[in-house]
Amino acid sequence: MIYWEIFVAFFIPGILGYGGGPASIPLVENEVVGRFGWMSVNEFSEMLAMANALPGPIATKMAGYIGFQQGGVLGAFVGVFATVAPSLILMVVLLSILYKFKDSPKVKLMTALIRPTIAILLGVMAFQFFASSYEGAGFLQTIFLIAASFILMERMKVHPAFVIVGSLVYGAVFLG
Amino acid sequence: MKQWQLFLAFFRVGMLGYGGGPSSIPLVHKEVVEKYKWLSDDEFADILALGNSLPGPIATKMAGYIGHRVAGITGMMNAVLATIVPTITIMIVLLTFLSSFRDKAWVEGMTQAVVPVVGVMLAVLTYDFFRKAQGKLGWVLTLVMTFVSFVVIEIAGVHPGLVIGVLLLYALLKPSKKDEEGGDES
Repeated sequence: MIYWEIFVAFFIPGILGYGGGPASIPLVENEVVGRFGWMSVNEFSEMLAMANALPGPIATKMAGYIGFQQGGVLGAFVGVFATVAPSLILMVVLLSILYKFKDSPKVKLMTALIRPTIAILLGVMAFQFFASSYEGAGFLQTIFLIAASFILMERMKVHPAFVIVGSLVYGAVFLG
Repeated sequence: MKQWQLFLAFFRVGMLGYGGGPSSIPLVHKEVVEKYKWLSDDEFADILALGNSLPGPIATKMAGYIGHRVAGITGMMNAVLATIVPTITIMIVLLTFLSSFRDKAWVEGMTQAVVPVVGVMLAVLTYDFFRKAQGKLGWVLTLVMTFVSFVVIEIAGVHPGLVIGVLLLYALLKPSKKDEEGGDES
């Protein structure tokens, strides 16, 4: 049942992704690439690049696109709903109760405790991307692209959207 | 009229917020507090703190809650849809277009060139999460937990959701000491 699978694949990242959209990226990858095998690592990274280059929240763009790919418009709806609805309902319904706890050390500890785990998931993903680029584009191109994009984004503070567009042009011309 | 304003406010937030949910927070503030004055500064800060303490994407939580407050259930749906639908549509159209040219050499080249760039973004994000974890938990605990997570998830193959679920439960059930120093960001 594809719609149920789509729901599960995005419900889990939606409910466990503390710290906003980016924290849910590796969780989505785990479901979509690891568990259900809907995409390869390469396809996932391509989609992530596109999602990063476009405006708007990242988690819902991934859910919308992957849902659409697997189950058409209804699939996109199910993916987005599973990402958004549980936490939104919690927020609207439990608001008064949670108001009391917003400064609670427990809530802060929850966010802090899962950070190393999210970090390792992100790190492993970065490594997979580098490895797949090494296999596809070769060692020199990979090193060049890593160095250039790091300098542009982190040192010169160029907006990631421009760097992604730049790399697409570079790839179309030099790696095609 | 309210509905139209809600739609415009969150449409702008969705279309201008590059870099995912967290980067759209100042845009929401600009629309909701400065432009339409639906909330005061303090109310906004409270809602943000609350949104951060719940799981899931931050932009849609803010849109949904503020929409609900301003114009009920319809307002909630309106604000959430205005935030996400335009960008999802662009994403689906662009990617579908791109994958129909998949066998062309230049598309292949684009795909190859973009992978390491996204890798760098993820590596930077990784570093961010480490640094923030270290600020709250200290080096020793951060390193131990990183190592344990790596072994449990990558080597033993446990589902990351399970690991995170256990950590969240632990934080919730741990007997709390009074006056734990509080970090401010999240």
